[in-house]
This record gives sequence, C-alpha cells and structure tokens, in this order.
Amino acid sequence: MSETLPVAAFWILALASLGGAVAMMATRNVVHAAFWLLEVMLATAGIYLLLSAEFLALVQVLVYAGAVAVLTLFTVMLTLRRREDAVREFPVAWGSMAIASLFTGGILLVLARFRPALAQVPETIPGVEAFGEQMFTTWALPFELASIVLLAALVGAVWWTGGEDL
Amino acid sequence: MQSPAFDHLVVGAFLLFGVVFVAVTVFASNLLSPKGKDEPNRLEPYECGVEPVGPPWVQFRVGYYVYALLFVVFDIETVFLYPWAVSFNKMGLFVLTEMTIFIAILAAGLAYAWKEGALRWR
Amino acid sequence: MSPTLAVIVRLVAVLGLMLTNGVVMIYLLRKVLGHLHIRLGPMHVGWHGLLQTVNDVLKLLTKEDLTPRAVDKVLFFLAPVVVFVPSLMAYLALPFSEALRATRLETGMLFTFAVLAIVPIGILMAGWASANKWSLLGGMRAAAMQIAYEVPLLLSVLPIVMIAGTMELGAVVDAQAGTWFGLVPRWFITDPLLWPTFLIFLISSLIEVNQTPFDMSEGESEIVAGFASEYSAMKFALMFLSEFSNTFVVSAMGVTLFFGGWLLPWAPDSWYEAVPALAPIVFLTKAYVGVVLLWWIRGTFPRVRIDQMMSLGWKRLIPAALAMILITGVVQKLLAPVLYRAVG
Repeated sequence: MSETLPVAAFWILALASLGGAVAMMATRNVVHAAFWLLEVMLATAGIYLLLSAEFLALVQVLVYAGAVAVLTLFTVMLTLRRREDAVREFPVAWGSMAIASLFTGGILLVLARFRPALAQVPETIPGVEAFGEQMFTTWALPFELASIVLLAALVGAVWWTGGEDL
Repeated sequence: MQSPAFDHLVVGAFLLFGVVFVAVTVFASNLLSPKGKDEPNRLEPYECGVEPVGPPWVQFRVGYYVYALLFVVFDIETVFLYPWAVSFNKMGLFVLTEMTIFIAILAAGLAYAWKEGALRWR
Repeated sequence: MSPTLAVIVRLVAVLGLMLTNGVVMIYLLRKVLGHLHIRLGPMHVGWHGLLQTVNDVLKLLTKEDLTPRAVDKVLFFLAPVVVFVPSLMAYLALPFSEALRATRLETGMLFTFAVLAIVPIGILMAGWASANKWSLLGGMRAAAMQIAYEVPLLLSVLPIVMIAGTMELGAVVDAQAGTWFGLVPRWFITDPLLWPTFLIFLISSLIEVNQTPFDMSEGESEIVAGFASEYSAMKFALMFLSEFSNTFVVSAMGVTLFFGGWLLPWAPDSWYEAVPALAPIVFLTKAYVGVVLLWWIRGTFPRVRIDQMMSLGWKRLIPAALAMILITGVVQKLLAPVLYRAVG
C-alpha cells in the first residue's frame, strides 16, 4: 500500500482529536462538551488502529468511548437541574490561558531543541497472543497489582457514593 | 489483499461511508418529502400525542451513577481477561492461578459493593 | 483486484446485506408476532403481504422530516449517525464463509462487541436532544442497559476464546469442525460445559438489542417508543434499521460462537469446495433461525423493570460468568488432558 494513504489518515485523525479537544473546551454546553470528549476518544482509537495496535484500539473504544463516556454523560446530566442549565456562560480566564500557553510553548520548545529519537514500528506486528504471553509471564506482578488498584477504585466508588445511607 | 493494514483501512472506509450514507439519505428524503404548512402546534414536542405537561426534563436517580462507576471498573477487568484467554492454551498452570487471584480480588470487591448496598437500585 | 475496488465491493455488499436484512426482518417480525398472537400479520400488499415493508420504506422516504422547535439541533441530527454507523461496522468481522468476509480482524469478536457498545450512546444522544421526557427516559435507560449487559456479555464469551485460543471469528468456526465420537458435531453448543455460558450470552445479547423482555428504552406502552418518538422520516427509518440489523448481527454472532457458523453437521469439506455459495447460505439460514427464536422470546415474555434488569446483570450474570471462566480454565488445564487420553 502506498505511503500517502496512512499519512492522510494520520492527518485526518490528528486534526479530529485536536479539533475535538479544542471544541470540547470552547463549547459552552456541557453536554456537547461530553460528546466532544467522546469524539476525541474515538479519534485516538483511530490513531491506535493506524499504528496496527488493533487490541489497544478496541480497548480504547470499549473502556473510554463505551464506559468512561457514559460515566461522564451521567455525571453531567445528574448535575443539571433543568435542561437549559447545560448552557453555561463563564468569562474567559486570561490568567489560566496565559499559563497554559506558556506551558505548551515550553514543551514545544523542548521538543524542538532535543528531538527525541522516534520509535520505529516493528517489522512484524505482534498479535494479542504474544501480548498475552508477555503480560502474564514478564509482567505478572504489575498485572496482579492492577487488580489491587481496581479494587481500591471500586471500594472508593462504593464508599464515596455513600453505600446504604444515601 | 488480506493484510491487517488493509483490514484497518476497510474499517476506516466503513466509518466514513456510513456517515456519508446517513447524510445523503436524510438529504434525499428531505428533497422528496412534502413540507407541511406552519401551524402553531406543528413543531411542539410529540411526547404521547397530547400537549406536553411540565418542562422536558426529569432529574435522574443517583442509582444510574453508582452503577456507572462500577461499570468502568469491571469493563477494565474484562479487557484484561481477553489477552489472557487467547494465550491460555499456550501457557502452563500458573496463568490459571494468576487469573484466579485476579478474579478473586475483584469478586471480593463486587461482594463488598453488594454487601454495602451499592447494587441496590434507588 | 485493486485495493480501492476491493473496498468498494465490501461497502456495497455489506450495505446491500444490511438494507435487505432490514426489509426482510421487519416483514418477518410482523409475520412471526402476528402468528404468535393468532393473527395473520400483513396480508394485503403483495402475496401474503410480502411487499408491505418495501411499501413502508418508500413511504418513510417521502415523509416530512420534522425537527421540533425545542430540540438540540446539532445532536438531533448527529444521533442517527452515531446509531447507524456502528451497526454498519458490526458486519465487518462476521465470517460468512472461509473466504467471504469483509475483514479478517485478529480481534474480530471483541471488535463486534466494541462497535455495538457505541449504539447506546447514540440513543442517549437522541434522547437528550429530543427535548421530550419520554425520549430522555428512553435514552437514559439505553445507557443503563449497556451498563447492565456489557460486562456479562464480554465475560460470557471468554470460555470460547479460551477453548478456541483465538478471537478471530473464522478460526472460532474452524475450531468447531469435526464430530465427537463420529456422531455429535463439535459445535460449542454440544459441549455441556458451555451451556451456562450460552444462557448468559443469550440473556445479555437480548438486552443488547432491546428485545422485549428488555426493551425498556422503547417501551411502547410506557414511554411511547422512547428515544425515537420525536424522529420522523429517514432519521427514524435509519435508527430502526440499525436496531433490526443489530438483532441480525447478534444472532450471527451466536451462530458463529455456538452453532458452528457456516458448518453443516457431518458435511465433508469437499461440499464447500464444490459449491462456494453453500457456506454463506448455511450461515444466513442459521442466523435467521436465531432471529426468529429471539422473536419467539419477544412475543412470549413480559417486559422486566429496570431495577430487575440491573440486579439480574450484576448479581446473577456477572458472578456466574466469572465462575464459568474459572471452571473452564480448570477443566481445560486439569481435566481435558486426562479426558482426551481416555477418549483416544
């Protein structure tokens, strides 16, 4: 396959994710912002797919676009008292914007100065099976620790939402 | 022709094509369809056929939120299980032990949520 | 064949199948439900009403496309896209035969479930945009249903991944070739170990496709078609096309995972080589039988309440699915080697 197609796809996806992120910040409607977040997550999944990371792309779709987006939407909708409350005016925070711009500029400057070596995509893309073998032998301990982290998140969620007496 | 890269291209093409297809059919039906006269109630919400009572908004139960939090945790657990299941036949007994511990820890979490009443709809 | 042509062929074929499915399935649903109610169903347009849905499609195409005043315009237009596009993409990984499939994704099984997971978000979008109490309730219920079914659904198919050792759907079908003792086809449904798994899969997929015991997001008799009540003309048609199409996809997944996909019992490989159309015909027939069985359930059971569905999902299906994974693991690692030696 020629080189132009992946490059074009990359630019479309990059613009979709960056544009979505900007639109999410710029919109004054919180529900729209939640849907823009969903769009950014899907565009990111597209970038993973472009890198032939099929499983990672699907995890992105399932966990972020499927679960986290629903959680975000529920949170947003729960906090609204009326439908019209979704639209919120607030003044532009020039101070924060300046700090954010400085930070972004700094990062871009550092990247331009030091030019970290770009990682190469390997010749043959390892499949899910190879990934599983790696993860459950070499990375077995971090994997078990992940379950502890998930357990902590779960207990925290239950405790935070008040359990019985809410 | 059958390479993963080509398959991913097909996935992308279907996404784009689907969006275009919806836009085109909706546009075409707008061209074909008649436009009604503008009467006072024509653009009111339909709801169940009579004039709507009250604002078009209902406050949600917090029950939705508690489940959504649990859902995120268990979704992550589930995606961990997939690579494990794929490579299961290739590996020894220890992967089974590993996964038993992993599932046991999260099952304990589920049991805790159950005991604390987080799984009760309210 | 050039890559561009190959992509176009796939697009046309899948869209054609999806639209045909929609027309045929709506007719079939009305006939099946009709006969379950001891009625005739559509009878007037064409022989036994065969052309009824064609007629309906043309009617929907020329209906006025209303946009009520209070709706959130952008999301109202976007929601049919978010509902329809994943349904179209869900066909990509289905194996119609050894050779005939749109893609050969290594993660095909997860791919189908992942794209279908986007549909409820589109429904929530439609419900929120509609500025209508029932629509909003329908949308919220759709999202709540996703929360209840998705984890059990994804967990329930894991024993199959463990036995087949792959998520590629064609390879899952290949793993079901042959017979037990030269008699019983080795489809996964004939393995008693997988019967609880099948039950969990069946219940979760009923929730996934809004079929009647779990059609809370539409609930004709309580929230008046729910998320779809403000939609008319083509937007309405596309949303319901996507729902019917999802029913087909889920049935096709069930056929692929449990009922041997394109395989006929006891048929030698030479048959498939002699008649290339045999495999897709077998696959489609099985999928349609599955669809009719789903509708039998739909015509028989009353609707459950949302809290009942939630506790079914979280207190019954998830623990059961986790247990089945561990049981399958133990059987595969400890018992299977002994058994295979005994059987020879």
